[in-house]
Amino acid sequence: MTVAKRVVLHFPPRLVDEPIIYRLVKDHNLVLNILKASVTPKEEGLLVLELSGAQKDYDKGIRYLTEAGVRIQSLGQDVIRNEARCTHCGACVVICPTGALALEPTTRLVDFYPDKCTACELCVLACPPRAMEVHF
Amino acid sequence: MTKTIAEINEKIRKGQAVVVTAEEVIDIVEKKGVEKTAQEVDVVTTGTFGPMCSSGAYFNLGHSKPKIKVGGGRAYLNDVPVYTGFAAVDIFLGATAIPDDDPRNRIHPGPFNYGGGHVIEELVAGKDVRLAITAYGTDCYPRKRLETWIRLEDMNEAVLFNIRNAYQNYNVAVNLSDRTLYTYMGVLKPNMGNANYSTAGQLSPLFNDPYYKTIGIGTKIFLGGGIGYVAWHGTQHNPSVPRSDKGVPRAGAGTLAVIGDLKQMEPAWLVGTSMLGYGCTLTVGIGVPIPILSEEILRYTAVKDEDIFATIVDYSEAYPQRSPDILREVSYGELKGGRITIQGQEVPTASLSSYPKAVEIANTLKEWIQKGEFLLTEPVAPLPGVEAGITFKPLQERPIEE
Repeated sequence: MTVAKRVVLHFPPRLVDEPIIYRLVKDHNLVLNILKASVTPKEEGLLVLELSGAQKDYDKGIRYLTEAGVRIQSLGQDVIRNEARCTHCGACVVICPTGALALEPTTRLVDFYPDKCTACELCVLACPPRAMEVHF
Repeated sequence: MTKTIAEINEKIRKGQAVVVTAEEVIDIVEKKGVEKTAQEVDVVTTGTFGPMCSSGAYFNLGHSKPKIKVGGGRAYLNDVPVYTGFAAVDIFLGATAIPDDDPRNRIHPGPFNYGGGHVIEELVAGKDVRLAITAYGTDCYPRKRLETWIRLEDMNEAVLFNIRNAYQNYNVAVNLSDRTLYTYMGVLKPNMGNANYSTAGQLSPLFNDPYYKTIGIGTKIFLGGGIGYVAWHGTQHNPSVPRSDKGVPRAGAGTLAVIGDLKQMEPAWLVGTSMLGYGCTLTVGIGVPIPILSEEILRYTAVKDEDIFATIVDYSEAYPQRSPDILREVSYGELKGGRITIQGQEVPTASLSSYPKAVEIANTLKEWIQKGEFLLTEPVAPLPGVEAGITFKPLQERPIEE
């Protein structure tokens, strides 16, 4: 069985100089797509990845990352819609490149599908009432 | 069949008035016909909830001890500058005002995170804001500086006074250029990546009374979650634009100036808004009740999105250069479908005005009237109509010779 999951990796400062991603690909046979990266020497590094491969390899890869000291979060938890601020205008639906923000045609309410979100953050500033929040 | 506002109010008082929203009335007219529906329905409620920049509020702050004359001085609420050119402690806060130290578009597009609209929202939510005043000092108003927390309930008057709201129709914005544009119509992606519009369409107040036959000066309305009134026609009110055979304007036409006590409004209906690369504004909720005085008036309220047309305008060239060019006309029915075709290209559409919130406003107003809490008013004077022959003047610049 193959899986494709989006994860957020937090690298403690001591690991920023290590070739962690190289090992992840080479030793665990995973395909990865980097969605966002922020790596600064001596500070915590952040990487948003889509990882795909066999379930067995994925599980081993995640174990390798955890044992190496990388903190892993699933992506869906990081982009949040502040429901109290969203006015359901729909300005975001043409900005979101993945369809994670889409209009429900009958009610015309804007639905947010965190599983489709790649955390590109384009919606954050394009949202007029600023309802979209990113918490990495 | 004719009714008077007095007769409708009598029914409202007795809890017998039949009230439906401008969305519901469409199906009723289709099923029962105009004649029967006009007899049965007494009031049609409308609603709109969108960014409306020509909004603001005036405040009377109360006198400090010793006194200070803010008139002619400078004043800020949460660092947002307010207009002080009145008497000692009256100020006006505009929705688009931004702090002096906001970076604006120095790094384009500026985020415009906080401005006058946000201050209004926070005040209505009951929050404390920082008031800072500097003045020149006089014999009767000796104080020159003042800094204090203040909230809405501390003020003598706090009045929302929006000089142009509820635009009757508006452009659909696209971008023909090859770079992203940051406009008051939202982010416009290059090469017609999207088409943005802003209206509640069939629920919008002035689309349901296209010739201003019931809405006039003094009309009582839902404003910002509370009660307000139509104060005047709004700025740029232009009834003379081309209209469809049902009387619906095919471009931006009538507007309303509205007023109401800010202290009884709600933050959910006055939302501070940031337009990336453009500026700050206020999203305002407005609902207007339309008394069904005749079959003609009912017919207007049965207008559908498919009957309402707007003009598609290029915001890379035509709009900023004041060119009258339009790409095509499009119905709101098509726009709400999510995709339209312009010059053979399929373009996704987005709205800046919230349709679900407009529905909520129309339903709230309906409830108020059904409960007998909200009576209709007779306008004290009409808004200028087509017969006024208003022409929408551009600014003709005349060079000043030194």
